[in-house]
Amino acid sequence: MSQPFRTEKGGRIDRAAEISFTFDGEGMTGHGGDTLASALLANGVHLVGRSFKYHRPRGILTAGSEEPNALVGIYRNGDQTPNLRATQVELYGGLEAISQNRFPALGLDVGAVNDLMSPFFPAGFYYKTFKWPKAFWDRVYEPVIRAAAGLGKPPKNPDHDRYGNLYAHCDVLVIGSGPAGLAAALAAAETGARVILCDEQAELGGSLLSEGSATIDGKLAPDWAGETIAALGAKDNVTLLARTTAFGYFAQNFVALAERLTDHISEPDPNVPRERLWQVRAREVVIAAGALERPMVFPENDRPGIMLADAGRTYLNRYGVKVGHKVLVATACDTAWQAAFDLADHGVEIAAIADMRPNPPDALQAIAQARGLRVETGCVVTGTNGRKRVKSALLGRIVEGGVTSAGDVACDALLMSGGWTPTVSLYSQSRGKVVWDEAVGAFVPGVSVQNERSAGACRGVYGLAATLEDGYAAGEAAAKAATGKTAALARASSNGADAGTGGVLGTLPHDRNASKVKAFVDYQNDVTAKDVKLAVREGMHSIEHIKRYTTTGMATDQGRLSNLNALQIAADALEKPLIDVGLTTFRQPYTPTTFGIFANVSRGDFFDPVRKTPSHGFVEEKGGAFEDVGQWKRAWYFAESGEDMHAAVARECEVVRKSVGLFDASTLGKIEVVGPDAAEFLERMYTNPWKKLAPGRCRYGLMLNDAGFIIDDGVIGRLADDRFHVTTTTGGAAHVFATMEDYLQTEWPDLDVWITSTTEQYAVAALQGPKAREVIAPYIDGIDLSAEAFPHMSVATGTFNGVPCRLFRISFTGELGFEVNVHRRHGKMVWDTLSTEIEKHDGVVYGTETMHVLRADKGYIIVGQETDGTVTPDDAGLTWAIGKKKPDFVGKRGLARPDLVAGGRKQLVGLLTKDPKIVLEEGAQVTKLAKPPAGTPAEGHVTSAYFSPAAGRSIAMALVKDGRSLKGETLNIPMPAGAIAVEVVDPVFYDKDGARLNG
Amino acid sequence: MLLIHCPYCGVDRPELEFRCGGEAHIARPLHPSATTDEEWEAFLYLRTNVKGIYAERWRHIHGCGRFFNAVRDTVSDKFLTVYKAGEPKPDLDALARDAQKGETGK
Ligand SMILES: [Zn+2]
Repeated sequence: MSQPFRTEKGGRIDRAAEISFTFDGEGMTGHGGDTLASALLANGVHLVGRSFKYHRPRGILTAGSEEPNALVGIYRNGDQTPNLRATQVELYGGLEAISQNRFPALGLDVGAVNDLMSPFFPAGFYYKTFKWPKAFWDRVYEPVIRAAAGLGKPPKNPDHDRYGNLYAHCDVLVIGSGPAGLAAALAAAETGARVILCDEQAELGGSLLSEGSATIDGKLAPDWAGETIAALGAKDNVTLLARTTAFGYFAQNFVALAERLTDHISEPDPNVPRERLWQVRAREVVIAAGALERPMVFPENDRPGIMLADAGRTYLNRYGVKVGHKVLVATACDTAWQAAFDLADHGVEIAAIADMRPNPPDALQAIAQARGLRVETGCVVTGTNGRKRVKSALLGRIVEGGVTSAGDVACDALLMSGGWTPTVSLYSQSRGKVVWDEAVGAFVPGVSVQNERSAGACRGVYGLAATLEDGYAAGEAAAKAATGKTAALARASSNGADAGTGGVLGTLPHDRNASKVKAFVDYQNDVTAKDVKLAVREGMHSIEHIKRYTTTGMATDQGRLSNLNALQIAADALEKPLIDVGLTTFRQPYTPTTFGIFANVSRGDFFDPVRKTPSHGFVEEKGGAFEDVGQWKRAWYFAESGEDMHAAVARECEVVRKSVGLFDASTLGKIEVVGPDAAEFLERMYTNPWKKLAPGRCRYGLMLNDAGFIIDDGVIGRLADDRFHVTTTTGGAAHVFATMEDYLQTEWPDLDVWITSTTEQYAVAALQGPKAREVIAPYIDGIDLSAEAFPHMSVATGTFNGVPCRLFRISFTGELGFEVNVHRRHGKMVWDTLSTEIEKHDGVVYGTETMHVLRADKGYIIVGQETDGTVTPDDAGLTWAIGKKKPDFVGKRGLARPDLVAGGRKQLVGLLTKDPKIVLEEGAQVTKLAKPPAGTPAEGHVTSAYFSPAAGRSIAMALVKDGRSLKGETLNIPMPAGAIAVEVVDPVFYDKDGARLNG
Repeated sequence: MLLIHCPYCGVDRPELEFRCGGEAHIARPLHPSATTDEEWEAFLYLRTNVKGIYAERWRHIHGCGRFFNAVRDTVSDKFLTVYKAGEPKPDLDALARDAQKGETGK
């Protein structure tokens, strides 16, 4: 028998199909329908991992997504997914699983020395221990801690899986498919409402699948569940989603579901995504998330083989697995007795039922007696033995004032139950506040904040009959609230699985040396009862502080298993009632969720759109380098063979000044401003005057915000009395357009103006250099290009090579320049035509780097480089651009603010290094002294620095405090290799009188 | 993700289509030059930034493009009402009371 702990019969596994898998390289078999956890248990494997901090051997504690211990890595396609819960991993042929957080092997782990050293790892040890010296943190403490603590290793390769995304709307979303969820879905579906029913498990049915003898409508509970699900699935208005976790509950009933489609399949269809994100907007939500059994906090409660009682029952009834051959059941409530009875009925020896209550219900004791089971009442577990699996447990009798030993009992598994905790995570995520229910002995949902209701065990309604009824009622109410419709649905009647009594919170009493034993509260984060008490002693009085200090409740289950026990321990230590300590908030995601499902299709080419200009293909062919400017790809420079970037830029600069250069300026923002009030609108938006600008003429426009700071600039051409062609910076296009809309719609709705973004509609080719006119002339019709008819700062419409164009005579280089605007679809034709034509004139194509150098030669600013949101027109030397007679424009009042007119502002100046070969670093600080004492504030910073072929030396611009009054003085740029001396000069380095512009 | 009602389009659309534009009903002074430094500072920078019922500007930027105003509870993130630009500021206290009534009536 290869699976020694498999039952003879029963369970929902496919016994005919035997499946091979490996765990840490060891071959084992299981069956279809198994989880990795159930298959391991069938093979007698309890030791599956090492704990986070102390590296203690750990086993499988639960049968669900709340599993804190059994975290494994799964290999697939040569890569590994870490930290999956073995209780959720479905078995498939060839599955390869590995244990985590152990070195060199699971059975022999050198990190377990942490356990012996545990006095050095108390609560808050991160905060206390490794504080000094500072450098030790990076070099010693952190690497060692990270290596010793922690879980699985991240995968090495990019995620090769695909992830899907789907938006859905429904009338009623039911989360959880146990008895309450199924009843709610039935009742809602009956009214004709559109219903989505989701459940995180592979098979719908929830706790019904774990029932052994309970019946509904005379059928065994799992059979009734199967028939009900089939009936629901046949309805057109119902969507059933298994393997689908509702992981986030957001505002306005927006619920995110993660559907796992292929992880359970041996060889998945490559066309099917691994997971699908459902973004569901539900009119009404029914939360039927059930309840979780609480671990009992007794010494050494973490050995492999120690498990929650209901998990033991689930493994038996649902998976056909006996968790041991001799099982001790320790409990404080009734439900665990059923686990003992079910196991006994499958021939498992029950070592004892140890109930800490002095008088458990007589009915249960009678059933136990009928089966000949040993029952100990008023009895707790006070310790356990066994290294890789529990071998025996110490029992203690609760007596007046303490506990006395009641001997030890041999066992190979220990099932425990401290009672039940309603799962209020999603309710809490919906921003509802939980309330303490004394009768339930737990927090339950209070008032609904959203269109939502909880049903069944997640609100403390226990027992099969009551849960079903609660579900029906919730489904009917939800459907009525969503659609106004009702329907009469016959209720199913059930028998068995009654609600139990009992439960315990906090630590159990024991007779051991409290300073020597560990009783775990939070298994995954290795937090013990002692840690929580210590945190309180050290002054953490709020549960939020205790949580962060000890890390209790901060593991992947967010304390679903541990919170109530931790709260009780804290409350005891604080000598306060539990409800006064408060519960921490549950947050999304409900369970760990892949990054892949969030990134979804937004990766690779889809991560961020790429915007290409008409010359893109040309640049690629020519081997030009690209620069990213926002989402745009712009040509940066065109190196010829043997050239580096500096040589290429120097050559491009020289040729532009000598003959001609072609530049793709299509990325410039463009806005068409049209209407009777167009000039008035620009008059208010820009600092400059516009009303007297004649059609056919252009002007440099400077835009401020109302605080008085420069936010954008660009050349604006007037095409007609009521029509302007506005250009903006590449990066500012969207913002400028939005700002214009804002003022137009909300401040000046009386203005009769329309604005339209035309950035994408126009392609722009800029020709710059003394031969620009010769190059362009053969292709232009309808425009007199002579200097007299079409001087600098002109605009006209005509044709280029037969297609309509707007031609600007403008310059961002200081040379004679034209910019050809054509419809985007003609952009490539214009570019190809001109790039061929310039070859006849020994011209060049050039990119953004040369553009930067050429404009810096002339002292033209770039908004965002010379400015940073705190620079005024006067700071930038642009006072000339302000229309002083205008009563108002955006920023005018701001400019009069005291701080903006006060002295000591940073002003734009030129800097020349004493050594003309040295090019300064942009962003470098400017100081008066070569070696300023530490703490000396800088006088300013370098905004632009290049080697200028035109100037035959390096040039730089800088913002310097009172810079214009420092002309001729020497300042310093302190650098790691020593200060660089610079002279303050006027920021125009070439053709100061502008003769070349007007050629 | 919030659903926001655009009073111009007349439909609920996802938050992704909108951009928040800060506190509403802060009009740019008609004659900025006539304002004192304190008044101009208040216009530029001072916002009520309440925890609770707040009137703010939204723009349906990826839809009709229009600016409108909305009253939102900054605690619950619930929109209490939306209205077109230029319409008067509603009585926030009355809206808060109505919202409270709806809450307890549930
Ligand atoms: Zn709209």
